[in-house]
Amino acid sequence: MKKFIGLSLAALLITSMLATAALAGATLTIESWRNDDSDIWTDTIIPAFNKKHPDIKVVFAPMPPAEYNAGLNAKLAGGTAGDLITCRPFDASLELFNKGYLVALDDLKGMDEFSDVAKSAWQTDDGKSTFSVPMASVIHGFIYNKEAFKELGLSVPTTEAEFFTVLDKIKADGTYIPLSMGTADQWEAATMGFQNIGPNYWKGEEGRKALIAGTAKLTDKPYTNTWAQLAKWAPYMGKGFKAQKYPDSQNLFTLGRAAIYPAGSWDITTFNTQADFEFGAFPPPLPAGATKGYISDHTDIALGLNAGSKNQEAAKTFLAWMTTAEFAELYANALPGFFPLSSHKVSLKDPVAQEFVNWRNTHESTIRNSYQILSRGTPNLENQLWNVSAKVINATMTPEEAAKETQAGLEKWYKPQQ
Amino acid sequence: MGASGGKLSRFPHHVWVFLAPATIIYTLFMIYPLLDSIRLSLYTTDGTGAYHFTGLANYITLITDPQWSDAFWNALKNNFIFFCVHMLVQNPIGIMLAALLSLPKLTGRTTYRTLIFMPTMLSVVIIGFIWQLILSPLWGVSESLLTFIGLADWFQPWLGQEGTALLTLSLISVWQFVGIPMMLIYAALLNIPEDLTEGAIIDGANHWEIFWHIKLPLILPTIAMVSILTFVANFNAFDLIYSVKGALAGPDFSTDIMGTLFYRTFFGFQLQLGNPTMGATVATMMFGVILVGVLFYLFVLQRKLRRYAL
Repeated sequence: MKKFIGLSLAALLITSMLATAALAGATLTIESWRNDDSDIWTDTIIPAFNKKHPDIKVVFAPMPPAEYNAGLNAKLAGGTAGDLITCRPFDASLELFNKGYLVALDDLKGMDEFSDVAKSAWQTDDGKSTFSVPMASVIHGFIYNKEAFKELGLSVPTTEAEFFTVLDKIKADGTYIPLSMGTADQWEAATMGFQNIGPNYWKGEEGRKALIAGTAKLTDKPYTNTWAQLAKWAPYMGKGFKAQKYPDSQNLFTLGRAAIYPAGSWDITTFNTQADFEFGAFPPPLPAGATKGYISDHTDIALGLNAGSKNQEAAKTFLAWMTTAEFAELYANALPGFFPLSSHKVSLKDPVAQEFVNWRNTHESTIRNSYQILSRGTPNLENQLWNVSAKVINATMTPEEAAKETQAGLEKWYKPQQ
Repeated sequence: MGASGGKLSRFPHHVWVFLAPATIIYTLFMIYPLLDSIRLSLYTTDGTGAYHFTGLANYITLITDPQWSDAFWNALKNNFIFFCVHMLVQNPIGIMLAALLSLPKLTGRTTYRTLIFMPTMLSVVIIGFIWQLILSPLWGVSESLLTFIGLADWFQPWLGQEGTALLTLSLISVWQFVGIPMMLIYAALLNIPEDLTEGAIIDGANHWEIFWHIKLPLILPTIAMVSILTFVANFNAFDLIYSVKGALAGPDFSTDIMGTLFYRTFFGFQLQLGNPTMGATVATMMFGVILVGVLFYLFVLQRKLRRYAL
């Protein structure tokens, strides 16, 4: 009897192992930091893919954004990471490729749908291998409460002088907090502040490339002027902004307590579900004397293939599908504020997202200046920008000190700046 | 030799069987990783991910290169402040609460005990979240409470200011963990025989004198143990700071302690890539600080403590 039970248990074990092995052949797991998008992937994107490829099961397995890089690296090192890896732009992913965790995807069907600029964030420095399928970029600007503007009789500012007139009027009225931003999380100050309005000062790509080439310094006028502008925001920010975190800023705006929100286009999705008033967007106002506007149109997210994946073929099928117009249309409309990078013509149903993307016709696009190459060493430029931008707004540092500190950091390890 | 050989052969060899599980598990999961991370701190990586032996170069960088040493000394200093706040606030309050709880005529003793111990059992993430909400200048109740008692001007965004953030976080941690010294000292107080206190009362001592001259000397070994536990826990702390301020421990690293510095170094942060070998160096320094503290306790403090046989 005992023997029989033992045998049947063993048989059961073997059959269950075989069963999982068969299933595993067609299950793709996607690693991602976009836990906000979980529903969209499982309800919209994956079912659309399964209509064409019912035999491939896809699981979206996100982590909280702040834990993603650390968690992913640990998983890759331990060999337990998913088949498809959502890739941050530039060095974080380049290092994964150099260590052999990601597969080169140059031969993937549909890769020619992406421009060189779109691919540049997920390429080796020489541009020879591309290792991710670019998914989307995000654009910075300001989102404003249309009803509040109407109520106070304000018009959308196009220059910095107008911007501060508007802020003054909102402050004088007292119903709304003029600017909804905090410095507690630090990145808001750098990303929504510095990288948002800065391109107008350093002339977008021109200034960004000059920094990389070493022909411009962070102590130059464009950078100190950007920080000087940021410092002027503080009186218009909410009471206690030093302890205000990113979700607080979002909530202040969606609850209708703040009039203007320095934004990333990804906020549109959150605001659509939470704000019950109409909101619009305007690009960073032009500094005095400027005629041409620049926007941060940052290549932000892509999908790569784990070299250790056992489902290479299925994963490539999925990645090839991601280069199609169908995916671009689906993704752009499911996640208004993430703008596809492929050359397909996509019509956006969300009016605010459309406003953002229209700026591509009237403004010059650039990416965040700390992302390519300049955050490779220690100290890390991106982290430094967070720190000094928050301090400039908190008035514990002057714009000149901020410039001096970041430039010194860059000179410490970056040859062209030495 | 013959006689002692006979004794040796009677050595109870089955003790190995009983010692084995703990020894094996402890070696495998504690000692080996510890030694291996010390080993890792002697290496460095290049672009391809290959490791090269560099001796003590990482330690020299950490202590002499201003880019690293500023962060390191800052974290160490903050960690000492964090520890001092616990020693000066948490442990005295813990002793006081324990003394109050052990008073002979106290009603609702178990209720107090449970309530005070409750925060210790909650997750740090929840504690961090609750206190962020309480102290929030936007939604928090602390400002209205202060207004209620006429101190509205005192309110500040404490968690967001360089001068106050670390102290605020330390006090949150004190609030959470005050139950542990309280329980340990309460248990020690209960162990004191009643004849001693009764004898003292007959001799004319009041409760205050009994506490200072009889109870406190008797619980000193427990207080020393609580202190060393606090020391180890504080220098390993990470979770509260990480959950409230993130890995960048802002504003301007004013809440950065060894744990968050280690996390940033080892795992990387945002665009900063992780550096396992430097991370191991920071971890080994943490181990060193804790080791020095514990050795000081073992060889200096513990030998001076007088124990009374009760």
